[in-house]
Amino acid sequence: MTPRLTAGLGLKPQHFEDALACPAAGLWFEVHAENYFVDGGPRLSWLDAIRGRHPLSLHGVALSLAADAPPDPEHLRRLRRLADRVDPAIVSEHLAWSTWRGAYHPDLLPFPRTSAALARIATNLGIVQDALGRRVAVENPSHYLRLDGHDWNEIGFLDELVRRTGCGLLIDVNNVHVSAANLGFDAAAYVDAFPGDAVMEVHLAGHSCDPALGESLLIDSHDAPVAEPVWTLYERLVARIGARPTLIERDDRLPCFAELLAERERAHRALVPVLAEAA
Amino acid sequence: MHPASTTPLATFQDAFAQALFAGDECADARVAALVAQPAFAVYRNTVVKACIDALQANFPAVTRLVGEEWFRAAAGEYVTRERPREPSLLRYGATFPGFLAGFPPAIGLPYLADVARVDRFWTEAHAAAVAPVLRAQDLVGTDATVLADATLVVHPAARWAWFGDAPIRSIWSANRSAETSTGEIAWCGEGVLLTRPDAAVGWCAIDAAACRFLDACAEGRCVAEAMDAALGVDRTADPARIATTLMDARAFARLVASATGGNA
Repeated sequence: MTPRLTAGLGLKPQHFEDALACPAAGLWFEVHAENYFVDGGPRLSWLDAIRGRHPLSLHGVALSLAADAPPDPEHLRRLRRLADRVDPAIVSEHLAWSTWRGAYHPDLLPFPRTSAALARIATNLGIVQDALGRRVAVENPSHYLRLDGHDWNEIGFLDELVRRTGCGLLIDVNNVHVSAANLGFDAAAYVDAFPGDAVMEVHLAGHSCDPALGESLLIDSHDAPVAEPVWTLYERLVARIGARPTLIERDDRLPCFAELLAERERAHRALVPVLAEAA
Repeated sequence: MHPASTTPLATFQDAFAQALFAGDECADARVAALVAQPAFAVYRNTVVKACIDALQANFPAVTRLVGEEWFRAAAGEYVTRERPREPSLLRYGATFPGFLAGFPPAIGLPYLADVARVDRFWTEAHAAAVAPVLRAQDLVGTDATVLADATLVVHPAARWAWFGDAPIRSIWSANRSAETSTGEIAWCGEGVLLTRPDAAVGWCAIDAAACRFLDACAEGRCVAEAMDAALGVDRTADPARIATTLMDARAFARLVASATGGNA
């Protein structure tokens, strides 16, 4: 069993020294795995140094699990090499696609949740988990579009993936809030129905309104503090499923490390009593 | 290569990927219904912005030379022609220098493509594999004929080029660091060598003969042949000085003795 992770932070190069030195209990860091797909050099040395002091999670953004093609063997080889190097506490990816027929589209793209897509993603997840020798947590994406042709709702789809592959899940509570607002479903009902036993990690992030469409379209922009309605959903989730490693994601308009640490402290404080109760 | 899958999911993904970069007309009814929604622009904007951001991060000296607005417009043009091929954007833009060389708005900046090449060198040097470094003292006591027949293996982080037409190293160096440029740049050809001696990428000026020497070493030619090639570029070059300059800059990983010389 790894040491108890409470709340973590996305690791940014600007915060390296602060991150390295930070003594906060339960703190861990997450990086986008593909940013460390290098043969050597300062980038990896930096990651090694952080890993020497803190637990680390590898969050993949480009494995393209939902593409109708097997994962790229070279990508898997690099991911395996990185995972072997840093021995991550958690490895995660998205229920989305990005690489398609050799071109990488740097986003998390949607698809119709058909039974054929489910079979493909289950196969792909099996390949990835076998290649890594690790369980992978799959994250619910943000939705912006009304897409027809689904055979499955998202929770049923994720639940079935868990059943078929033994994968874990990562629930991004901000993505739930954003998607619920954009597509018009009940975020609390989604959080209540999410398969709690499979949840390996939780993501929290800030969002913003679309510059052109305003509040009718929320963007998962990671450029602001976590919003109050997202904290409320998070507390509701933790009350139901218990404590899970929780990440504050911030990728744009970066504040100073202390400000992120204060936000992270709020999640930490929500988890500690739940952990104490469960102990 | 990729078998041309025609499953419903594959044809959806073909149409969606195309629509990210195309106009609003789409033959696939499922994707046409998505493109018709204003929110489809979120995906278009995110993909293009991520590519442009990556290019700006990978070509900082070019950005500083031309300004952010000009750079992002040029990068946007490049993105429509060259999608990323790797699942990481750290190395995106391998063909960007060549694109700039043929980019009509850059015609008044003939040095821009070469500055981009040096930005690219920096990216490659930064991410290159770890390897030992050959130092001058490692060669002390090596027999001169053994040395002449041996091959110097170039360090994986070393990148170099000779630019005969313009002071590319000076222009690049002044724009790569945030420092304000000091003094006039003399307009003459320059060579540059980038290496990663310790935890960071460093660079130095090298002459045409030293560049030719490195080229020959990278081609696998022995020290004597590589030095002949260097002297072919500049009869007055000093072989000892070339070797010292390059070794001081940590350009080599090791010396491999010739198998035929009996010292392998």
